[in-house]
Amino acid sequence: MSTAVRFPKTAQAPIHEIVSRFDVDKVRADFPILQRRVHGHQLVYLDNAATSQKPRAVIDAIVQYYENDNANIHRGIHYLSERATHEFETARKVVQSFLNAQRASEIIFVRSATEAINLVAQTYGRVHVGADDEVLITAMEHHSNIVPWQLLCEERQAKLRVAPISDNGELILGEFESLLGAKVQSKVKIVSVGHVSNALGTVNPLRQIIAMAHARKIPVLVDGAQAAPHVPIDVQHLDCDFYAFSGHKVYGPTGIGVLYGKAGLLEAMPPYQGGGDMISSVTFEKTIYNKVPHKFEAGTPDMSGAAGLRAAIEYLNDLGMAKIAAYEHDLLSYASEKVAAIPGVRLIGTAKEKAGVLSFVVDGVHPHDVGTILDQEGIAIRTGHHCAQPVMERFGIDATARASLGLYNTKEEIDALVHGIQKVKEVFA
Amino acid sequence: MAELRDLYQELILEHSKAPRNYRELKSSNRKAEGYNPLCGDRFTVYLQMQGDSIQDIGFQGSGCAISKASASMMTQSLKGKSKREAKALFDRFHKVVKGEKSTNGDQADLGKLVVFSGVSEFPARVKCATLAWHTLEAALEGKQEAVSTE
Repeated sequence: MSTAVRFPKTAQAPIHEIVSRFDVDKVRADFPILQRRVHGHQLVYLDNAATSQKPRAVIDAIVQYYENDNANIHRGIHYLSERATHEFETARKVVQSFLNAQRASEIIFVRSATEAINLVAQTYGRVHVGADDEVLITAMEHHSNIVPWQLLCEERQAKLRVAPISDNGELILGEFESLLGAKVQSKVKIVSVGHVSNALGTVNPLRQIIAMAHARKIPVLVDGAQAAPHVPIDVQHLDCDFYAFSGHKVYGPTGIGVLYGKAGLLEAMPPYQGGGDMISSVTFEKTIYNKVPHKFEAGTPDMSGAAGLRAAIEYLNDLGMAKIAAYEHDLLSYASEKVAAIPGVRLIGTAKEKAGVLSFVVDGVHPHDVGTILDQEGIAIRTGHHCAQPVMERFGIDATARASLGLYNTKEEIDALVHGIQKVKEVFA
Repeated sequence: MAELRDLYQELILEHSKAPRNYRELKSSNRKAEGYNPLCGDRFTVYLQMQGDSIQDIGFQGSGCAISKASASMMTQSLKGKSKREAKALFDRFHKVVKGEKSTNGDQADLGKLVVFSGVSEFPARVKCATLAWHTLEAALEGKQEAVSTE
């Protein structure tokens, strides 16, 4: 069972009732940027997988932080420093409950999901991955979940293994399991896998993946950058060892991200960067590191970013992640059906479990041209390889056009997209 | 939509669908590869040079309508030109697609290539229009490494 199907089962009411109770007009009014016009048209923002827009509550929280609370944390005894520290640590607790982590100290603030993955590769990875060992990823990863492992493997003379995907964009679990190798003394020292593919929208069956890896005592990092805005996350239920996501993709600010790690693993890992805040005492002879999570937070962190991220998560909590997931699931089904019905349009990524992403190609028209024509209609999509060049290669294409959904998108906007694609076909008729 | 028609002019669409000189030149003595990492467009330009003169030119690769049409029309406009003339033409073409004002009647000298002047309204697409030309420049210089728009 994948995590994506959990929401209808845990929800209190059937999906259609949840969807009808989701007041998207009210949500839209919370996002100032959605009021703006682009090239004379109402903005239709369908590039949420690249970054999401911010609700007023997030923008206000950042202003509030700088107008009322700003001081450096963990080091002053004055009122504002204590207040800033309190705000920062409260944000940590909010993230803890968002992921259902057991302890707040398992939440490390970083710059982005990318930095979170690099942190694990450069600390856990450098300790545990040696010559001839293996790191296992999948063929649908974003470059941020490929390159940090390549760097590690190059340094340690280890091998990067890649589990293949099927024609509809699903991980081939049997192949994945055989790449994990023998139950005893597997060569694989860590598995790193995306929760949701940014290029295809595929939701990976994490529970199965993690169980297979754990049967061989291999820890699993989950790149949750594309999942966190779309599906409820429960790291204890998943039993993942690490989970990474970015603030800016969950309607929070840029510059802040999160690494969750199981306490035991984090405590045994060496520090990532050195500096202030990550130490408990320093002499030129010997430095004693601070306890987790501070050991991994060298230097002054992004305090306003944490305030903004907290506001974003509280905003999502108020709406309810299960409701958001149900609403978006319904919207994605609608979009997939409408776009696939246009003659000459082919969807790339048709996994059974998907979230947020609709990648497609138009016969005889390069995605770049699709993007320009849609932009003239005020419709923002992403075109290109989506930082997932191996995925493009897998499907034998150079690029796709990608519409990616957020909680404020509507069926009317999908209709505008369909109309725009028809315009593309007219121009290239 | 007027602006969109400025970009996707008939001649551009026509060349993108049926590119001219779209072939590997067996007789080439210079070639170069060009790549736009942002969108994945990739072209190879083949030159058959005699001394300083472009005797024949061909290209192959994949890319958007703008990059493909630009490559196609570039090959048409360069046969028989000297290296110096080719570079001067690129210079004028570059100015026009970037929307830079020229003082010496550049547009008139561009011939059919003037259809790309609409690109200047779409700054994100300038690199598409110039990819083949950058590749040509590399081939003329005999550069070994693939040129990149970045």
